[in-house]
Amino acid sequence: MQSLSKLFSRRRRFDDISVSIQEHIEERAEELMEEGMARKEAEQGARREFGNVALMKERSREVWQWSALESLLADLKLTLRRLRRSPGFAATVLLTLAIGIGANTAVFSVLNSVLLKPLPYPDSGRLTALWLDAPGANGLANFNSGLRLSPSLFLTFAEHNHSFQSMGIWAMRYATVTGIAQPDQADAALVSGGVLETLGVRPETGQWFSAADQDPHGRKTVMLSYGYWQRRFGGDRGVIGRAIQVDGVTREIVGVMPRGFRMVDQDFDLLIPMALDHATLKMYPFGYDGIGRLKPGVTLAQADGDLAQLVPLWMDSWSNGPGTNSHSYAKWRITPNFRPLKNKVIGNVGSVLWVVMATIGLVMLIACTNVANLLMVRAESRLQELAIRAALGAGRRRIARELLVESVALGLMGGMLSIGVAYAGLRLLVAIGPADLPRMNEIVLDESSLGFTLLLSVFCGLFFGSIPVLKYLRTSSSAVLTGTNRTASASRPRHRSRNALVVAQVAMALVLLVSALLMIRTFAALRNVEPGFKDAEHVQTVNIWIPELQAPDPHTVAQMQRNIVNQLAAIPGVTSVGFAAGVPMDGNDPNWDQIMVEGKNYAGGEPPLRLYNYVSPGYFQSLGTHLVAGRGFTWDDLNNVLPMVMVSESFARESWGSAAAAIGKRVRKYDSSPWQQVIGVVEDVHVHGVDDKAPAIIYWPAIFYDRYATPPQMGGLRFVTYVIHTERAGTTGFLSEMQQAVWSVSGNLPLASVETMQNLYSQSLARTSFTLVMLAIAGSMALALGIIGIYGVISYTVSQRTREIGIRLALGAQKSELKWMFVRSALLLTSAGVVIGLATAATMMQLMKSLLFGISPLDPFTYITVPLILVVSAAAASYLPARRAAAVDPVEALRAE
Amino acid sequence: MARNPEHRDLFPGALEIMILQSLRLKPMHGYALVKHIKQVSDNLLQVEEGSLYPALQRMLREGWLESEMGVSAKGRPTRIYRVTDAGIRHLGEEVVSIEKMFAGITRVLAIAKA
Repeated sequence: MQSLSKLFSRRRRFDDISVSIQEHIEERAEELMEEGMARKEAEQGARREFGNVALMKERSREVWQWSALESLLADLKLTLRRLRRSPGFAATVLLTLAIGIGANTAVFSVLNSVLLKPLPYPDSGRLTALWLDAPGANGLANFNSGLRLSPSLFLTFAEHNHSFQSMGIWAMRYATVTGIAQPDQADAALVSGGVLETLGVRPETGQWFSAADQDPHGRKTVMLSYGYWQRRFGGDRGVIGRAIQVDGVTREIVGVMPRGFRMVDQDFDLLIPMALDHATLKMYPFGYDGIGRLKPGVTLAQADGDLAQLVPLWMDSWSNGPGTNSHSYAKWRITPNFRPLKNKVIGNVGSVLWVVMATIGLVMLIACTNVANLLMVRAESRLQELAIRAALGAGRRRIARELLVESVALGLMGGMLSIGVAYAGLRLLVAIGPADLPRMNEIVLDESSLGFTLLLSVFCGLFFGSIPVLKYLRTSSSAVLTGTNRTASASRPRHRSRNALVVAQVAMALVLLVSALLMIRTFAALRNVEPGFKDAEHVQTVNIWIPELQAPDPHTVAQMQRNIVNQLAAIPGVTSVGFAAGVPMDGNDPNWDQIMVEGKNYAGGEPPLRLYNYVSPGYFQSLGTHLVAGRGFTWDDLNNVLPMVMVSESFARESWGSAAAAIGKRVRKYDSSPWQQVIGVVEDVHVHGVDDKAPAIIYWPAIFYDRYATPPQMGGLRFVTYVIHTERAGTTGFLSEMQQAVWSVSGNLPLASVETMQNLYSQSLARTSFTLVMLAIAGSMALALGIIGIYGVISYTVSQRTREIGIRLALGAQKSELKWMFVRSALLLTSAGVVIGLATAATMMQLMKSLLFGISPLDPFTYITVPLILVVSAAAASYLPARRAAAVDPVEALRAE
Repeated sequence: MARNPEHRDLFPGALEIMILQSLRLKPMHGYALVKHIKQVSDNLLQVEEGSLYPALQRMLREGWLESEMGVSAKGRPTRIYRVTDAGIRHLGEEVVSIEKMFAGITRVLAIAKA
């Protein structure tokens, strides 16, 4: 109420001021008249003495106003009114801004959610990935994740370190769950003690695993993920205490983790205690991811130093069994190289996201220059009005502020509209983004995204607003009023800022086009790489895991697997079937171990580690990997467990000079292992994606003799990927027939990860194709905006110089010369932009080096093509207005003045 | 805005004091106030209209003055300004502080001369 009455009284105040000032001037005029002046002169004199009446009134009123805000509001009102009067201009600017800011916000949201925000665990800054380097282990550089931990190494670390509050190891497994409804293949995370304490997220309901749950002889327990709990138990809180069968073991449900909880970077269904048994642990296997929570104030370097001292202790305290030397690991030079857990989760996606962000930002800058150009034209048409207002007493700052208010208001309105664009863009980004984009589920449009939108809107408004303002401040108002600008052709300085904008636009567009073309060339180079398999869209893959519950010994497993192959091969349309421990580009390496070539001496006495795969007959045929020399495995080879291997071509060349020479040669794992004969050589396969070089691979038969089991026994694969070559790959009909075929062997086997090789291949290219799509969009937007910019400037110049053109024509200038004059000025600007752009691109592309493949960041083809495209586009964009100039009728043009 | 270079700027607050002191004698309208100050100071002080009206509004806002409808000497409608009790109190405080300031300046100047 009070503010309302204040408002009323204020209106009265404003009237008072007017009345007082009015009376003041009249009284003074009267006095002057009494001194003998004529009425008119006296009135003028009184006014002159008083000074700027409007300004005085405004100053007097401002006393009552809430500082500058009200006049700002008045400016805003005026701005809105003016925008309503030119809807075309408003729509163009707002649309440009909405799309530009929206795209930026969407990309920023991804960047923020994936790279910038801390991991969703309490006090996540202290979470550490226990990453080990082992420079002495030959071939280890091929590992994707350094050297992982073995359980014994973990126990040594956990019991003796001084740096960590807690630590644990974990690994993902498939598990078959029975006892609910139909058998179900679930993703299980095996966790040691310390994992949950390290991550620090409390269960939704129930308890964490206790120390008793980690006792190998204690009770058997399990925890559920939120998703699995909802799917299988309908979110019933009564599940705590219930029992389910996991791989045939009865386990009691003790807790449910909350929604959104992930096992570092993995989704899971079940958590199962690892229940390590000290008595049976050996020094290997190194297959577990380690995580730790640092004590407050301990740095990563201190932790590295602390735990490095424990490696000798580990070698002193553990053994791989009688007759082995546990200090042989000293040669590996195992060194802790711990890193923030976030780095591990994010992986190498950072460079892609930053490049996309920079790209989109650059497009925004180009869009802003276009808007600035539009605003400048508008401001120019208002120069007269502004000059009159300045003459009437408006301060320059006041007018500059009004221009800025207009542009910032435009920016903010564009920003508001952009939120819708950002929302849609974000969904699109997530849909077309690389499938392995980490933290995908955390991507949201949150308050920091909105804050970014606000900042960007204001910044854009100030940026494109300040250009016309600076220009206005340099213009002298007397020149405008006396009309010199109206009759003369525009002077050089008037065009300078506009030209500078065009040069900047061309330079930025060039940078974007260069990056887009480099990505296209990269993609083409990747597509040209022979991946080592063929006809990928007609190759179906499916994972089947046979638990011990169903087949206790390797022979039964092998028999079931062979039966499945036969059943699958009997499906109409199937041309061949095989299986292996892993298929190319599935993201998993089946195994790594050393291999010794007979008669070869190794530096340091240790052969390098090689990638292993275990394959069945028919595997290479189904995949389309061709045999270079020798022959493939037969079922007889497998059934008799004959000591033989196949190798990749690169391994054969490296070891024996040629593929043919490899046949009949022998290799073995360790000094004490039996020799294996090389029976065949297959072409190299890019198992880690076409952008990675094809590694040397040793192919073992899918059934082998496991001398590390106690006692040594037949070994086989329980988890295999079937590879089926058929025209019907990927169809639902084929999927259900596949299911029937498998179930005819055993009704309890779920099918998992049903894919085509084409999918796996595309996924391995996802990072490149995503970057390509983003850069291609940005590049074409930049080109379009750049062309519009050049076109706009040239046609504006033409319209401003109509009179001059008329004179030239009247004096006998040739039309073609006139056209060329305008095209030439456009080409001049473009060339300047191209030179600046080339220099910028050459430096900036070094940053993109890691995204390129088979192509130099200074690829000559790209650096010649892009400038050509720009020059031709500029010529075309300027030709249209130039033609219009040549069509000017000199009589009309001169009469118009 | 013709500004006579012979007249130097007033120090902050001086205009308010003169307005308060003038209006204390009798309520006046704007033009009369300007003339009054000019006359009383023997043309030594000139009040600029540009500062007078905003200053009057500031003082109204502070509650030192009141305004009411009235007529000028020539019979035209205008606003008459009058000092309030708060205005008189403020004037008293200001005069004391100005006297202190003058005393200080005078002493410093005296030393400088000596």
